[in-house]
Amino acid sequence: MSKHTETATENGLKDHFGDHPGDHPGVKLPIYMDNHATTPMDPRVLEAMLPYFTNRFGNAASRNHQFGWEAEQAVEHAREQIAKLIGATAKEIIFTSGATESNNLAIKGVAEMYREKGNHIITAATEHKAVLDTCKRLEKTGCRVTYLPVGADGLINMDDLRRAMDEKTILVSIMTANNEIGVLQPVDEIGALCKEKGILFHTDAVQAVGKVPVDVNKSNISLLSLSGHKLYGPKGIGALYVRRKNPRVQLQAQIDGGGHERGMRSGTLNVTGIVGLGKACEIARETMAEESKQLSYLRDKLKDKLLANLDEVHVNGTMEEGKHLPGNLNISFVYVEGESLLMGINEIAVSSGSACTSATLEPSYVLKALGLGDDVAHSSIRFGIGRFNTEAEVDYVADKMIDVVKKLRELSPLYEMVKEGIDLTKIQWQAESH
Amino acid sequence: MAYSDKVLDHYTNPRNVGTLDKNSAEVGTGLVGAPECGDVMRLQIKVNPTTQVIEEAKFKTFGCGSAIASSSLATEWIRGKKVDEALAIKNTDIVKELALPPVKIHCSVLAEDAIRAAIGDWKKKQETLKPAEQVQTA
Repeated sequence: MSKHTETATENGLKDHFGDHPGDHPGVKLPIYMDNHATTPMDPRVLEAMLPYFTNRFGNAASRNHQFGWEAEQAVEHAREQIAKLIGATAKEIIFTSGATESNNLAIKGVAEMYREKGNHIITAATEHKAVLDTCKRLEKTGCRVTYLPVGADGLINMDDLRRAMDEKTILVSIMTANNEIGVLQPVDEIGALCKEKGILFHTDAVQAVGKVPVDVNKSNISLLSLSGHKLYGPKGIGALYVRRKNPRVQLQAQIDGGGHERGMRSGTLNVTGIVGLGKACEIARETMAEESKQLSYLRDKLKDKLLANLDEVHVNGTMEEGKHLPGNLNISFVYVEGESLLMGINEIAVSSGSACTSATLEPSYVLKALGLGDDVAHSSIRFGIGRFNTEAEVDYVADKMIDVVKKLRELSPLYEMVKEGIDLTKIQWQAESH
Repeated sequence: MAYSDKVLDHYTNPRNVGTLDKNSAEVGTGLVGAPECGDVMRLQIKVNPTTQVIEEAKFKTFGCGSAIASSSLATEWIRGKKVDEALAIKNTDIVKELALPPVKIHCSVLAEDAIRAAIGDWKKKQETLKPAEQVQTA
C-alpha cells in the first residue's frame, strides 16, 4: 500500500487508515462507528463548499456588488435545500452555529417573547444537555420547567405530557431522536396535542434530520433544531426552523447586531458552512430511503450477532419498527465495565455509557432515566453506524466485541459470582475507604 | 485518554487471573469496591501457614483498564512476600509504577484496600482456626 496520502475528495474517508486486520480482509483500522457524535463529511459536500472559500468569498449581506450577490444566492439555495428536507419553506430557516445554539435560541427566544402569556416549559429527562441546561438557566429567571420521565423503552408517555400542560405552558421541547439510545419520540402525537392546546412545539431533531423522514407540517412542529455535522456536513453550522404561519412563531433574538436572519440571529453568515449544510441536506433527501434500509440491516446484523454469542446483554431503548434510528444500537454488556471495554476495542471508535474521564464516574443520565442501574449503565456501549460503514466493518466490530467481552468477563468477579448463583444486590459492597 | 505502557501491558496480559478456594483455611479473600461505582476488585491470597509467605495471589476485577492493571500488579508484588511485607505496599507505589493519572488514583487505592482486605480475611481465619490447626499439626 502506498504510504503517500491521497486527496480526501477522491478517495473518500478511508485513505489515511492503517492496518488490515488479518481475518477480516478489506477492513482498515481504525473503524469509525460513532456517527451520533459526528459524521465524516461527504466528499460531495466538501466539493460544493470549496469555491466559497476562495473565488466566491463574498459576504452574503453585501447588497451592492457581485461578490455579495453570489454568496447570497448560494445561501438562499441552501435554505431551499434544507427546507425541502423537512417540509418547510426557505424563509423559515434561520442559520446558526449548530444545534446547541438553535436549541438555546428556540427555548430562550420563546421564553422571553411569550413571557406575558406564560412561563411554563415542558421537556423530557433524556433531552440533550443543550436543552436541559438551557431550561435550567431559565428556571433561575422565573420559568417553571417540567422534566417528563421516560419509560423503559425511552419514550415519553402522552398522558404525562397532557397532564403536565397548564394555562401557563408556552412551550414543549421534546427531541425527535435520542442521541444515545436512538429512540424516536412520538412527535406526530406531541405536535397534534400542542396544536390542540395552543402551545408551541420545539424539537431537537439533530439526530433525526437526514436519517428518518421529518415533516414540520405533518408533525405540527413550531421550531426545529438541526446541525450540519450530524448528517455528513461541516461542523460549526446549524439551523433553526421557525414556523411562519399556523401559527407564526416569534423569537427574542439572543445575539444582537446587524439584524441578519430577519433579526433573529445577527452575525455574518457562514457561507461555506451553509453551502455544505444545504448540500448535505440535498444528498440526505435523495439517499435517505435507501440508506436507512442499509443502516437498519447493518445495525440488526450487529445486534443479532452480539445477542447470539453473548449472554447477559441488553439492548437499551425500544427497537420497535419505526421507533428507532436506523444506525443506532445501544447495548449493555453487563458485568463488564465500559471503559475497559473501550480499551479492548481501541481500534474501534464507539462511545461508552459512562463518563469515566471525570474524577467521579458518572453514568449516562439518559440510561439512568430508562431505569438502568449505575452498574449496567457503566457497561453500555453506543454504536453509531453511518453512511460510510461497510458490512465487513460491522462483522469485524461484532467479532471483536464478542472476543473482548468474553475476555473481560473471565476477569470479572461479578460475572463469576452471578454464574455461581450469587445475588449481587444482596452483597454489602464496600466502596474505597479514601 | 492515553494509557501508560505498563497499564496497557497488564490490561493485555493480566497476571494471576483466577479464583482460589475461598473456604480454604490458607486462603484470604478481599472483595472491595461496588458495581455502581464501576469498580469491583477481588484479590485472593494463599498463605503458607508456617512461613507466612504468600505463595499464590489471584485476582478478578470489574473496572477500567487502570483498575485491572492495579490489581494485576498488586498480585505480582505480593506473591512471594510475607504477609507483613505485603501490608507495607502503598497505593502511591502502584501509582508510580503504572504512571496513573490523578483521575485514576482511586484504582490504586482500591488495590491497596484489596490487599488489606485479603490479608485481613486470612488473619481472621487464622485466629478462629488456630486451636484446630494446632491439634492437627501436633
